Parts: sequence; structure tokens; C-alpha cells
Amino acid sequence: MKPFAYARPADVAEAVRTVAGDPGAVFLGGGTNLVDHLKLGVARPDLVVDVRRLTARTIVDLDDGGLRIGAAVTNAELAADRRVRERYPVLAQALLSGATGQLRNQATTGGNPLQRTRCAYFQDVTTPCNKREPGSGCTAVGGSTRNHAILGTPGALPDPTAAETCIATHPSDMAVALAALDALVHVQGPAGERLVPFPELHRLPGDDPSRDTVLAHGELITAIDLPPLPAGARSAYRKVRDRASYAFALVSVAAVVPRDGEVRLALGGVAHRPWRARRAEELLRGAVLTEHAVRAAMEAELAAAQPQPGVDGGNGFKITLVQRTVVATLRDLAPEA
Amino acid sequence: MPELLDPRAIGADLARRDGAAKVRGTATYAFETPVERPAFAQIVQASVPLGRITTVDTSAVDGLPGVLAVLTATTAERLASDEDRELAVLQDDEVAFRGQPVGVVVAETSELARQAADLLRFTYAERTHDSELTVDHPELYAPEKVNAGHPTDTADGDVAAAMATAHATVEQTYATAMYHNNPLEPHATTALWEPAAEVPLTLWDSTQGVHPARAAVAKVFGLDEERIRVVCPYVGGGFGSKGTPHANLVLAAMAARALPGRPVRLALTRQQMFFLAGYRTPTIQRMQLAADRTGRLQAIAIDVVEQTSRIKEFAEQTGVPTRMMYASPNRRTTHRVAPLDVPVPSWMRAPGECPGMFGPEVALDELAEALGMDPVELRIRNEPETDPDSGKPWSSRNLVACLREGAQRFGWAERPPAGHRDGDWLVGTGVASSVYPTMRQATSTATVRFEAGRYAVEIGAADLGTGAWTVLPQIAADALDVPVDDVEVRIGDTRYPTASVAGGSSGTNTWGSAIVVAADAFREKFGGAPSDGDEVSGDVDQAAKDSDHAAYAFGAQFAEVRVHADTGELRVPRLYGVFAAGRIVNPRTARSQLIGGMTMGLSMALHENSVWDPRIGQVVNHDLAEYHIAVNADVADMQAHWLDEHDPFVNVMGSKGIGEIGITGTAAAVVNAVHRATGIRVRDLPVTLDKVLAGLP
Repeated sequence: MKPFAYARPADVAEAVRTVAGDPGAVFLGGGTNLVDHLKLGVARPDLVVDVRRLTARTIVDLDDGGLRIGAAVTNAELAADRRVRERYPVLAQALLSGATGQLRNQATTGGNPLQRTRCAYFQDVTTPCNKREPGSGCTAVGGSTRNHAILGTPGALPDPTAAETCIATHPSDMAVALAALDALVHVQGPAGERLVPFPELHRLPGDDPSRDTVLAHGELITAIDLPPLPAGARSAYRKVRDRASYAFALVSVAAVVPRDGEVRLALGGVAHRPWRARRAEELLRGAVLTEHAVRAAMEAELAAAQPQPGVDGGNGFKITLVQRTVVATLRDLAPEA
Repeated sequence: MPELLDPRAIGADLARRDGAAKVRGTATYAFETPVERPAFAQIVQASVPLGRITTVDTSAVDGLPGVLAVLTATTAERLASDEDRELAVLQDDEVAFRGQPVGVVVAETSELARQAADLLRFTYAERTHDSELTVDHPELYAPEKVNAGHPTDTADGDVAAAMATAHATVEQTYATAMYHNNPLEPHATTALWEPAAEVPLTLWDSTQGVHPARAAVAKVFGLDEERIRVVCPYVGGGFGSKGTPHANLVLAAMAARALPGRPVRLALTRQQMFFLAGYRTPTIQRMQLAADRTGRLQAIAIDVVEQTSRIKEFAEQTGVPTRMMYASPNRRTTHRVAPLDVPVPSWMRAPGECPGMFGPEVALDELAEALGMDPVELRIRNEPETDPDSGKPWSSRNLVACLREGAQRFGWAERPPAGHRDGDWLVGTGVASSVYPTMRQATSTATVRFEAGRYAVEIGAADLGTGAWTVLPQIAADALDVPVDDVEVRIGDTRYPTASVAGGSSGTNTWGSAIVVAADAFREKFGGAPSDGDEVSGDVDQAAKDSDHAAYAFGAQFAEVRVHADTGELRVPRLYGVFAAGRIVNPRTARSQLIGGMTMGLSMALHENSVWDPRIGQVVNHDLAEYHIAVNADVADMQAHWLDEHDPFVNVMGSKGIGEIGITGTAAAVVNAVHRATGIRVRDLPVTLDKVLAGLP
């Protein structure tokens, strides 16, 4: 724990200027993740810039039939919105499967996708972690890997001492749904606004596991747009976890199934970012969604999966589990197939 | 044979006397004791699993305004006794396990204490450590005794010969995980040292026993017990982890002694609970069962391997229930312990019986399967007439009645066939027995005094949330033959007479026995119309202790498990327990105890698992986000019932302990149900979905 200054700027522009100009500054939204990290010493900012009241706390209809969600809208408000529940059930379900009622009342639309990994080694400042302390190594490799990634990792047996090694997963449920919905992220930076397609918001570890997203320091999410789904599209979120509630996903699946068969699939709990299953989507394009076809598509998607051994038995089970979960989810969404 | 108290208040469904204060938040817990100008202490922990501290750099803290004291091995006082190496903190530069306290910082605020703790810099000369339990660990040894004074090994007859010739045998290895007691209220103390006072050291501590805590602190600091007061009116859960003092209490007292006159608050963080508050050892249980054609056991054996800390031995008595549960001519139990560079294991709800009713009760299910016999019937068929361990008759034993009553309530006879599918779910049912010994501690004293028309009963007992505040007045009322409203019981303070620890499910039995002796003496001396100030004390009556019978509470648990056919997710929609635990003093608090135990057993079955990383020597999932316990959504139709059991031998109330039996056998019932649902036999806990995935349709 380290003392920090607290600021509540008057508007977004000032907030962005303040953070962009200070490498030790961070944004504070709902605080559900940052406050934990302050206590654990995982985050050690000099300045906390509260943006909770600066962005919109409204959900407005867009001309194209989509929705614009202000960054300050809470997870609870978003999940309860009738338009979201009717048009984007995948998102409402994902939100309600995450955290607790208390946390959902606090967590924001802008903050939730930016929550950091729950990797226990990341959260323990006494163990090396490339994400927390670049270049220090990765304790997770060969350790407790049950909650870790099988896709987008640096290889079969990553070198725990290499600076680029990271097998963390992204914990957000909401983000998996937003990736499947091809949401658009409004980002305000010092140089102005830009739009980031949600599936491109999060990164793979690459050569810098400390960076979770493509956002530059000081860039702030101000709103997220949900494009309209084709008429008749069905969607669902299926989360598999170790207990009935209050647990992060072992794996999760966000699926959107339009009438024309252009299935969209995003997977949670399997990678450093919400994982759009592009290969499976491609194989299922125009196909009848039989169990056989879905299973084959997922086999192709998971061909490159790298199970991690671990002191807890490892995470190889996720390959079977995510495949079975996708099959079950699409069976429910397209029962006629 | 003592004559049992005539129950009037005993057996009544009284609401908790402390309930309103707790619901309103006015019950004060140790950390929030109202004191003047409290200072705050933060423990600093070793970041290596084994080695020696080479340097301590406090320079970053020295100038920090508001830091009041920094105690390390170089600055801390020398303790009078370092015999208990768990409690001998800051006495040398050795690190015996990762997370061991290497310092404590005291500051004006808790935030500052935490900041300062982070700024201390230690360097270490690290040595190669060994923290991994294996079944063939080279240093395994037979301890002199196991916990609670039980013999380490027992043997009767020839197990190997019976195994070789029996009609059916089971020979399997079962494993329970490492578990951490995680009461909602962490271990916490407010400590005050006033050197000039008559009682210089006051400890408001969250403890399962104020007198045992005082005795331990007195020894460590070389103080007379009369110079220490320990106060603890309320405890936010303990589950055994507050039954013996841990390092945090010594550090709190040390910090207070470094700042005379200043009250110091010290609470463990949730993460620190996984290093410093004790835990249940993982166990490896090699089971052998042999039976004849009719299901009668010809042999039963358990060989237990578990761990202890290298600095302090704690050998869990895992094999003990196998000694007495079922009849068999050939029997063997052994315990072997590996000394490791790990935190010190200790009591956790039903030490011995909890892990020790896992392997045997799953093995029995495997035997029933091998014999093609109903597992309820198999247990009934092996009912012993006398205690197979001691040879003594039972004080009362109603396991068979529990099994029958449970089977009837659960609908066991109509249970679906193995592998039954209901929509997306595979459905299975399982049964297991429960047991816990009935104990009474040797020492406890109660005082009865007539005050302003009411009876004040004082005893230094502890209420961990169990109901002592409520049931002790019920016992006193019946012993004095007055309405319960005329009795006020005062507990949780060493100013009251000595009381034993709230452990071994012995609290009510022990303290209640002392209260009855005191009440009888009071009536004898002062009759039915006492004067204000009339007072008498009474001790637990050792002469009345029955040693001719084997005394245990028994039970049977029935679980329905659903396993998702696609994902392997596990749910337990029904868990029923039926217990025979003597006379139930208060049905309301008893039900809470039994359901609480069963919930913890369910939690052990499906969730709990301190994931040990032997490379770094610590629990990886050291918080409640990652160390899963059963939450409300995991607990569905859970029922605890009991038989009306009359036992004239256990104590004058006729009561057996109920705090621990609920957790015993539960995990086996769940595992047995998972097998019936899926055909998969999980022999290592917890049962998580990855362990059943491969066997799903």
C-alpha cells in the first residue's frame, strides 16, 4: 500500500490530459478491481483520477437500431435495461453471470473490460510476474495453471524466465459478449477521439505482457456502441465455473446466431483476451449447425491450443470443456439444426 | 450412572441471546474494542520458503511520520520461552517457512502501518526447501502420538491374510486436499500494556478460549497468568483455528509492550490467514477392505500419510474413526508424517474424523458395488456390538437408526438407477456415515451468584457463533430449577472462572457440567430463597465421569448430486443428515451447527482446495476469490434432523457434541453420488468438473 493523490477533474478532456501527462496516474471508475490492487500493492499509482462522474450514465438508441452505452453506466443498470435484455441477451446474461450484485452496482461499462487478470501470481507481489513487473519472469508457467490460457500463448512450454512469457487469461464476462457483438469502443485520448472495434481492444501478450489492451496511457473509454443484430438473431452467454456463483469462468462462450448462419463466437477463460473463434466461425459460415459440424469447427479452432501442465493438474481439460460448451450453447440456440 | 437433568429449558427453541446485538452491529469484536488512541500493527512476512535473514533495511521507514515502532529479530524483545517455535517469533534470523513473520510495524493508522510494512527490505540467504507431500516421502516418520493423544498405530489380527482369502476386497488410495479455516472474522487482537497496572497486559482477542490463550501468552512472555487479562465476548467463527494461539497474538502483545500505554490493534489480512492461522494437512489414505459373501467385513485397514511443519509437530488423527466405526476381526491403522518446510498445521473442524471419514466411507461404497449390495445395508450389516477399538460397550450408538431414518426421509428405496438422466443432468445419490467422539474436558469452573433477584452464572467460556450465550442459560435454569429468564450467563473473560477451550465439540458438555455442579452446590447451601450476594463455585465433577463406555455421536448423510452432461458442472440439490447426538439442548442453534458442518462438508467435497505450489512453498489461491467455499447458490435443500436419543452416561445433560459431526462423511456421500450419476469414482478431493469430464456421454 502506497499513499496516492486523488483528483476529480471537471471533464473528460481534463482527465485525459492529467493522466496522459503523468506516468504515475491512473483512471478510477467503479474501483472494483483497482482498489483491490491498491491494497495488494499490485497497482502503485501516485495519482488516482476519478472519472466516474465525467462520462455519460445513459443508454441511448442509435439511428441504425443499435445502442450507445455511456462509460459510467453500471453493470447492474446495463443488465437490467429492457433493450439490452431483448436485443442483446448475450450481454445481459454475461453481466449477470459476473461478480455479485454489490459489485455490479459499482462496476462500470468503461471499467469492466479493463479489469486485469486474476492470475494469482500477478496478484501476489512476492512472486515474479511479467505483467506486473516487466522482465521479472512468469511464475504461473509450471505452477497453478487451472485458470490459465490455452490459446494465444507463447508456445507449448513457455520459458518462465523469458520477458515475454505470460499465460494469463482475461477475466471479464462482459468483454466476451462485447467481442461477439462486434461492439465499438469510443476512446478519448489527448489527440482526440478514436473508435476501436471491441475484438481488437485487448491484446495477446506478444512481446509486452504488461499491456492488456491497445489503449495508450491516458486514453479513456467514454462509451461503447452495440451495433444492431440482424433481425431474428439469437444470442446467449454460457459460463462454466467451479461453483454456482461468485467465480470466474473456467471457460465461457458468447454466441450470436443470425438466421443466415453467420455465427459469431467468442470464448472466455481461454486466452489473454476475449477470444473470437474466427476459424470456427469461418467453417460454420453458411453451414447447418449440426453437432458434428460445430464439433469439427471447434476442433479446427482448438488445433493450436496449448495445454499447460501445472501443480494443480494443469488446464488441458479446457480444450474438451470449451468444445463441449460451444456445442451445447449452439444446440440450445439453433435447436432445429 | 448420573441422573439426567429434568429438561424444561433444555430442549426449548430459544432465540440467540446475542442475536439482536449481532444483527444491529453493536456486538463488539476484538479489533473494534473501544479504546483511546489505538495504534495499528501490520505483520511483515518472509518472502523465501527457507533460509536466513542476512540484512534488514528499515531506512525507508525510519523517517516516516506516524510510524511508532518497527520490530524485527534485532529489535524485538527476547521471549521467556521459545519452546513453541510457532510462537517464538522474531527471536532469530531463521526462516522456517514462506510467510513466517519477520517483522511487525506499528503506526498511527492501518494504512500507514501497511505502507511501512511494504517499505521494509529484507535480504535472505535462501536454502533449498522441501514443501511437497508425497506418499513415499523419504523423511516419513511415526509420531509418538497423534492429535488428541491417540496411539499412532493399532493392529488386530492379520489384515493381509484376510485380504488374500476374502470374497470381495477393495484396495484403493484416497486423498483429501489442504484446507484453510477461514472464519469471516480473521484472527484479530487489541492489546494494551500498562506496566504499572495490577493487570498490566490486556488482550481483547478473537479466541476459542480466553484461559488457554492467557496460559500460552503467560508462558511465552514469562508473566504470571494473574498479570494478563484476555477478553473475548464474541467470535466471528473459529473452526479450530482460534483454538490454539498463533503468532499473531504474540506479535500483538509484543507490539503493545513496545508501546506502553498505547492500545495496539492487529488483524491478519485474508491472505495472511493462509500462512499463519493453521490449516488441515492434506492426507493420503491407503484403504483395504475385505468382506465375505454376506458383506461382513473380514478386514479393515487405513494407512495414512500426511504432513507437519518441521518446526512444530501436529499429526492429524485421520485413521482414528476407522478403529471404531465397523466390526471386523482383522484391523490396522497407521499414521506416518512428513516434516516439511511449511506453515504449522493445526485444528480444523473435526480434525481426524473429517478427513478420516472420507477414504473409509468411499471405500465402503466401492465394496457395496463389488458385492452388489445396497450401501446402507452394508453399513448396517457391519454394526459392532461393542467398540472394536476399546472393547467397551457404547454409551449409546444409533447409527443404524440414523441410516434407516435418513433413507426413509430421503426416499433412498425409490432412488433413480445408476446413470439416470434428467434433461441435461445426470443424477446420482450417495450415502455415508458420520461420527464424532463425545468429549468432556477435565477442568472448568462456574460461579453462581444471586444478584438483584436473578442468578448470575460466570464462566470463561467462548461462543464462536455456536450458541453458548444461549444454551448455557438453559442448562443453568434447569439445574437451578428456575425460568431461563432469571438466569444471566457471563462468558468470554479471564475475570470469570477458568473454562476449557471451545474445541472437540466439548464446550457445552464441559461448561454445562461445571454449571450444574455449581448450581447444585448453590441450592444445597442456600436453598430455594437465597439472599443477594450468595455465591458458590463448582468444578467439573471428575468423579461423575463415566469411563466404562465408548461415547460417540453418530449420523448418516444422504446426497443427491447432479452432473451436467455437457460440462460436468456439479450441483447438490439435496443433502440430508440425520444425527443421534444425545439430548439436543437448543434445536435452533443445534440445527445451525449441524447444517453449518454439512455445508462445510459440501464445500470440502466440491470446492475447497488450498493449491500448494511446492516450487515457491505457499498456497497460490490465498484469498476467498480463488479459494472457493460453498456459497448460497451451492446450498439448496439441506436438512438436518436428529433422533431423540437418551444417553445417561455422557454427562448430566445427556448431551453429545454437535459442532463437528456435521462435516464428517459429507464429502464421501457426495463422491458416492457422483459415482452413481456418472460411473466415475473420484478418489481425490475436491470433485471438480475436470475429473468427471472424460466420463461424460
